[in-house]
Amino acid sequence: MPGDWKDLPKDLVARFDTLLAPVLQRYPPDRKEAAMLPALRLGQELFGYASPAVQGLCADRLGTSAARAEEVATFYVMFHTHPNGRHLVEVCTNVSCCLAGAERMVRDLRKRLGLGEGGTTADGRITLREVECLGSCGTAPAILLDEKEMIERVTPEKLAKLVEGLP
Amino acid sequence: MSDDVKILTARWGKKDSHTLASYRADGGYAALEKALSMPPAAIVDEVKASNLRGRGGAGFATGMKWTFLPKDVRPRYLCVNADESEPGTFKDRYIIANDPHMLIEGIAIACFALDIHLAYIYIRGEFPRQAAVLEGALAEARAAGIIGKRLYGKADFDLEIHVHRGAGAYICGEESALMESLEGKKGYPRLKPPFPAVVGLWGKPTIINNVETLANVPWIVKNGGAAFAALGTGKSGGTRLFGVSGNVKRPGIYEKPVHYNLKKLIMEDCGGTASGRPIQAVIPGGSSSPVLRGDEIDVSLEFDAIKAAGTMSGSGGVIVMDDSVCMVRVLSRVAKFYAEESCGQCTPCREGTPWMEALCEKIEGGHGVPGDADKLLDMANHIGGFTICALGDAASMPVQSFVKKFKADFERHIAEHRCPHGEAAWGVSQDSRDAVIGGMRS
Repeated sequence: MPGDWKDLPKDLVARFDTLLAPVLQRYPPDRKEAAMLPALRLGQELFGYASPAVQGLCADRLGTSAARAEEVATFYVMFHTHPNGRHLVEVCTNVSCCLAGAERMVRDLRKRLGLGEGGTTADGRITLREVECLGSCGTAPAILLDEKEMIERVTPEKLAKLVEGLP
Repeated sequence: MSDDVKILTARWGKKDSHTLASYRADGGYAALEKALSMPPAAIVDEVKASNLRGRGGAGFATGMKWTFLPKDVRPRYLCVNADESEPGTFKDRYIIANDPHMLIEGIAIACFALDIHLAYIYIRGEFPRQAAVLEGALAEARAAGIIGKRLYGKADFDLEIHVHRGAGAYICGEESALMESLEGKKGYPRLKPPFPAVVGLWGKPTIINNVETLANVPWIVKNGGAAFAALGTGKSGGTRLFGVSGNVKRPGIYEKPVHYNLKKLIMEDCGGTASGRPIQAVIPGGSSSPVLRGDEIDVSLEFDAIKAAGTMSGSGGVIVMDDSVCMVRVLSRVAKFYAEESCGQCTPCREGTPWMEALCEKIEGGHGVPGDADKLLDMANHIGGFTICALGDAASMPVQSFVKKFKADFERHIAEHRCPHGEAAWGVSQDSRDAVIGGMRS
């Protein structure tokens, strides 16, 4: 059936299990379910996004229901239940960033990438999202690249260059 | 009283300040060693005497919180709140990046004082770099025998500290939602009481403290609670990290006595507005704190003093707006944030926050009708106080204060059927700013 974790590539599942094992050590042995956030993050990294199959895998390994995994995967904005582009560019448009020009910057970037209300470029290269406060207010405006790298004091020029350079 | 005492920022900007070697070279972990020679209750007494109050936003007395643990229930847990998500707040990430061992030492002392053997640092998912610094520092502390089977290599006391990363949800900074998230669930706040100190993580007694709060503990143990109390005033001791952003010349983190003057912070330390224009408004303690007009900012930032001025110093996140900024536009954005971050559990908040956002947008877009400003107030008055957690209040307070203090702006949008600021609703741009956190690890 589609969305069954047993259909996921075996080698990646083995890798998932290897990487999950030390994470489970962080929680009391009878509280494995606590590892749902790190497990989903790991699954998302290995399999591309938090698909129903990935949710099912996490639920199975943590001894809980798929419904619980889905509930978590859909609650947090950093879990993606649908595929994104190859790169995720998240621009903070909260107050301090907008006072530093973020809104205009996003508008220009949208135009440059040919995007409407956000979403992914036609070539699947970039997904652009406006996000809430990234905690970079003193060094605004800020963007988070691929949920790994925070780039601060962004200028329109810096952003244009960054986006062009993304493979 | 000197404004120059530096507790939290003393080592920021030093080369390799995040390493164990650097921390030890500056006397790090001496406070833990001292604490291990003290009766645990005496440590709690020092923290009580210090008048340390929670730096996450509520300003609750830390020592008193620690005494709420029931005497005979084990295990107990410590959760360190590093979820730092209140718009305008950006201090804890710098503590973690620049001096993670100061935090770890504070955690270790707290755990020893409270007979806690397992602690989690809940850090927001958007801080991957800071989470990595923490993991590195914890690995160093483990390898050096500071934490692990024997605390500081000698005490017959085991302590493990783990990092737990969030995944993007403002609500998880609320302490009971944080515990739900740590248990592997969506972040739905719990009804209180029972309070976490009695029924917390996995149903066990749990202390939840903010990063900055715990980072002060080594200094308190080393120098005594009275010395810390003397840095502040009344029932608030020590220094605080104030993060200033928005239209100022020098945004950044400033460590100042807890009762520092807001106007002085903005005009002297931050150099006033970047544009040189008058200050129109200041959000003094994160976006949920009621806004102050430019002529109301000559106030102490101390928790109780600023409450008398009708607002709060919350998380220490100060956002400054000059007179070129459209206040309706700002409120629209603030309202959007709370609508986006409402967890959906309580009806007034789930339904009310998008209504407030939509009505703000309607007024900002020039489609408002007479009476809309009052309608906004009415909505806010029916959310705050009617929800399980404080997000309902957090969403209501900006609406109430913006409408009351800048009502003429709302009326003008309605009367003119447009935003008077047009394309420039976010004000004059400010490109030439210094940033005092420039030399530090971020």
